[in-house]
Amino acid sequence: MDRDSRYLLGGGAARLLAAIPAVFLTLFFLYPMVRVLWRSLTLDGSLHLGAFTEIVIKGSLRQAAWFTIWQALVSTLATLVFALPGAYVLARFRFPGRGLIRAAITVPFVLPTVVVGTAYLVLLGPNGPLGIDLRQTAWAILIAHVFFNYAVVVRVVGSFWELIDPKLEDAARVLGATGFQAFRTVTLPLLLPAISAAASIVFLFTFTSFGVVLILGGFGYATIEVAVWREATINLDLATSAALAVFQLVVVSLALSAYTRLQHRYARHLPLRPSAEVARRPSTIGQRLVIGGTLISMAVYLGIPIITLVARSLNTSSGIGLTHFLGLFGGETSVVSPSEAIFNSIWFASVAALPALVVGMAAALFLTRPSGRVGSGFDTLLMLPLGTSAVTIGFGFLVAFGWPVDLRTSAWLIPLAHTVVAVPFVIRTVTPVLRSAQPRLMEAAAVLGASPRQVFQEIQLPIVSRAALVGAGFALAVSLGEFGATAFLVRPDRPTIPTAIFRLLGQPGATNLGQAMALSVILMIIITLVILAVDSHRTRGPGEI
Amino acid sequence: MRKTGIRALMVGLLLIAGCGGSGSEDTGPTTVRLVTHDSFEISDEILAAFEEETGHTVERLSAGDAGTMVNQAILTKDNPIADVMFGIDNTFLGRALEEDLFEEYRSPGLDNVPASLQLDPRVTPIDFGDVCLNYDVAGLSERDLPPPTTLRDLTKPEYSGLLVVEHPGTSSPGLAFLMSTVAVFGEEGDYPWQSFWSDLVANDVLVTAGWEDAYYGAFSGGAGEGDRPIVVSYASSPPAEVIYADPPVSEAPTRVIQDGCFRQIEFAGVMSGTPVPEAARDLIDFMLSLPFQEDIPLNMFVFPANQEAQLPDEFVNYTEVPASPVLMQPEIIDANRSRWIEEWIEIVATS
Repeated sequence: MDRDSRYLLGGGAARLLAAIPAVFLTLFFLYPMVRVLWRSLTLDGSLHLGAFTEIVIKGSLRQAAWFTIWQALVSTLATLVFALPGAYVLARFRFPGRGLIRAAITVPFVLPTVVVGTAYLVLLGPNGPLGIDLRQTAWAILIAHVFFNYAVVVRVVGSFWELIDPKLEDAARVLGATGFQAFRTVTLPLLLPAISAAASIVFLFTFTSFGVVLILGGFGYATIEVAVWREATINLDLATSAALAVFQLVVVSLALSAYTRLQHRYARHLPLRPSAEVARRPSTIGQRLVIGGTLISMAVYLGIPIITLVARSLNTSSGIGLTHFLGLFGGETSVVSPSEAIFNSIWFASVAALPALVVGMAAALFLTRPSGRVGSGFDTLLMLPLGTSAVTIGFGFLVAFGWPVDLRTSAWLIPLAHTVVAVPFVIRTVTPVLRSAQPRLMEAAAVLGASPRQVFQEIQLPIVSRAALVGAGFALAVSLGEFGATAFLVRPDRPTIPTAIFRLLGQPGATNLGQAMALSVILMIIITLVILAVDSHRTRGPGEI
Repeated sequence: MRKTGIRALMVGLLLIAGCGGSGSEDTGPTTVRLVTHDSFEISDEILAAFEEETGHTVERLSAGDAGTMVNQAILTKDNPIADVMFGIDNTFLGRALEEDLFEEYRSPGLDNVPASLQLDPRVTPIDFGDVCLNYDVAGLSERDLPPPTTLRDLTKPEYSGLLVVEHPGTSSPGLAFLMSTVAVFGEEGDYPWQSFWSDLVANDVLVTAGWEDAYYGAFSGGAGEGDRPIVVSYASSPPAEVIYADPPVSEAPTRVIQDGCFRQIEFAGVMSGTPVPEAARDLIDFMLSLPFQEDIPLNMFVFPANQEAQLPDEFVNYTEVPASPVLMQPEIIDANRSRWIEEWIEIVATS
């Protein structure tokens, strides 16, 4: 107790911090989820436990469970292997265009899967650049998963990496270690908390993967998420759908609690440095080669699908031109109002990001408070929204919020659903930074006579705010691109950019395709600008006066 | 005078009870909540005319695809989210009827609607369309192939590797096409639908998850960027290819194969338990009226149910109405849908 009182986050404050995410998630996640699952399983008055036994009996569902797990593991591993060099280059080196690249890599993360999916069908088809037909193979799914989740690793790991003092590695080099040895023995262990945080998000994202698996996997591959969706929307069998959703939740919870135990083992305290001091200009030829090679591979891997989309948006009957963009806003043939969709999307994203930041930060501060021991159950609960089927979240809101005030058809439910999905991102970006930054600096400051509030303001806040901004960027990106849970809400007639793109793609004709691509390009530009704006608000790092 | 007095008293009581608003039919303007699937599109001025005419306000709600919409209604049937539902088709109708989602209503406008579209007294047919095989005119002539005239033709070696269909377990046109093959080939006999599909698989049929990836990703005709000249799409896709063409064209680049078309009828219904049944019926009547019916073709690319409705030229000129599409009863669909899909998966995944 005495030790605790030196910090701002004493017993009472800690309880308050825990209360914010606990109340929010209970009200807007657990409660609707339990309501809809229960209602689905008891639709005609009796409890349908048979739906559970059916999962075990049905071969196709067992197969889906097995495929879900292994593809999520392999996708996560592949994303780490591809994206860690990118995180390294963007965190460690200063070079022209670094900010723009860091913003632009977020683009894949917000693109609707159906848009990227159709592009990949052409790219991975027999006439694509690879010249081999990868459609309907597990390879296509893995390739697309790495594409979509690249930014998660670069941003979550990168925001931590750029605070680690490079002198640690320098010291190892002086003592005779090679560059790789220094990385493997010094930096990599320090990075583990951030890497595992990023990995947990990618794992959950790919575990619940829906559009990618559906479009690129063909009929041979289905995840549990796809099965949940299929039972709910095509077979109209809510009981089986709910049973599958419960099964998915159980597997996700097991994976998450295993992860939490691992995470605690690897957490270390570090002298973090301001990012401005950490990033250096490339000095040796070797470094330039590493940067160049990484950027080129990034450009090829992330760039080709994006360039394909941009090219399709500019490809008109009279050569390259802006016809589709003008057509969108000219409104003559367009079936949607793009300006309205853009306004709605930005509005929803702004509304969703703020509560996501408040809830996520409170949770992260609670999880990392100095003397605290947190049960893995709470940590698992915080991440669970990412591993929950979109059908469950969407239908849950519908079943739960009819009373005392009927909110079921309110436009506010859309950003609220986005907030629920965005909270885990904020927590996972902020937690590794907080966990490393706390005790030493704070103890030193306290010894020097700083009050708990001063400790927080002068030391914690600057470090944390950088991580918080990355989290906020993700919250905005999640909201701008979200089409999972939103699709299962009953929405007032307020289109967002993703729903407008779906409307356009839902009809045949070159103009509709062109305009859908044009609107996708507009979404890319918006997300790049949003992330640039968020990144430019970095506060000074720790120690900078 | 006396009537007004009673009305005022009622309004007062309602306000005191704290539940004003859409509670009563007689108190001022009524809001009708209309829930539709995401592809619902109607010109703004048409709905405005209805509001002007009747004094009702229409609140539009989007619900996702048709299957999602039906489930949302089932989950909330004790306290319905809307007063009128539009866009439920015969594929999902059986399930909705079984759950008693709709109140019986016979609109006077039904007199102008063919009896073949009127499947149940609880729902009102508003429009219909057909899921049909489309082919790329240029794509087939490059290969010196005539368009197939029957479904069975697709199993011939010369049509190997040319067809793309949607998965019936993930796509509504895919399911429609599967049911079409069930109706055409039957479940028993020498050559049931299962044998047809085994032969299609042997003939290298490509299966995609959804209509978008089949049409834009794998089909070679019209706006498609793929390499297969035959696709499961709609009878109305060729006129859309003309209307949304870039550059403008005088001839549709794609055409419809008449055999094996599946008729989808879209219905509207007054939702059980609505607090405003009168206004809900007004809206159903309006949906069958000429202004609404004539606005349908170019917005949703389907045919109006009202035979009196005039069709726009560009729609008529490029649309081929299949002569004898498959029309399947909702109860049969509802009883067999999951089994057909499961069997189909077995055939396609294992052969």
